[in-house]
Amino acid sequence: MPSTFETVANIIAETCDIPRDTIKPESHAIDDLGIDSLDFLDIAFAIDKAFGIKLPLEQWTQEVNDGKASTEQYFVLNNLCARIDDLVAAKGK
Amino acid sequence: MRLEYFQLIDRIIDLNLTDLTIRVEANVPTTSTIFEGHFPGRPLMPGVLLIESMAQASGWLIIGRNRFEKMPFLAAVKEAKLRTFITPGQALVVSAKVMHEGSGFAMTEAEIAVDGKTVCNADLTFRIVDFPKGDFLDNMYAVAKRIDFPLEAQAHG
Repeated sequence: MPSTFETVANIIAETCDIPRDTIKPESHAIDDLGIDSLDFLDIAFAIDKAFGIKLPLEQWTQEVNDGKASTEQYFVLNNLCARIDDLVAAKGK
Repeated sequence: MRLEYFQLIDRIIDLNLTDLTIRVEANVPTTSTIFEGHFPGRPLMPGVLLIESMAQASGWLIIGRNRFEKMPFLAAVKEAKLRTFITPGQALVVSAKVMHEGSGFAMTEAEIAVDGKTVCNADLTFRIVDFPKGDFLDNMYAVAKRIDFPLEAQAHG
């Protein structure tokens, strides 16, 4: 079974036509990979489907806009994957 | 339809908030200034307005889903196919189904049929945001009444 990162990286590569080998756990989806908010909707859609969750993008955006969180907390891929794992775990409870 | 005013939906036929589907009537007018240019001597319904029709039908479905709490704005159009010419006077039935509800966005599959035959279809993505300030929401309610949006069902559903 692929890791969360492998799945997310493959989704990003396929959705945004980004070479897979340039996508690293430490990559920032926006700052390093150049993914804009519209492309991220397609990624969120694919992640939602792949993991059976609903990424709380509205909440994350609000937290960033309010200065309560940094974009790194949600959009650096290893952080994003940790959030996904948390959501998957919460779903199973 | 009043093309010049982007009033592309005439009447909601059916809004099903369990299946997340909608069907609407959209009758192409026999005359419009738009047909004077598109095209002289060969009036055709512009493809972009057919796509907009599918977006508006999808939009009313999403508004129904969220009970007028948020407003969907068209963000992406994929796999749009305009399969035949649509001409003045044709009666269209536009239908849409929500395929995915994300956080702050939704995706629909929409199509337009004439006499039961699909003439256009597209996959649409919407950003769903708070209603803009001012009288935007009131204006949407006014349009909802005009197109027979089942506001009663919203109040009691």
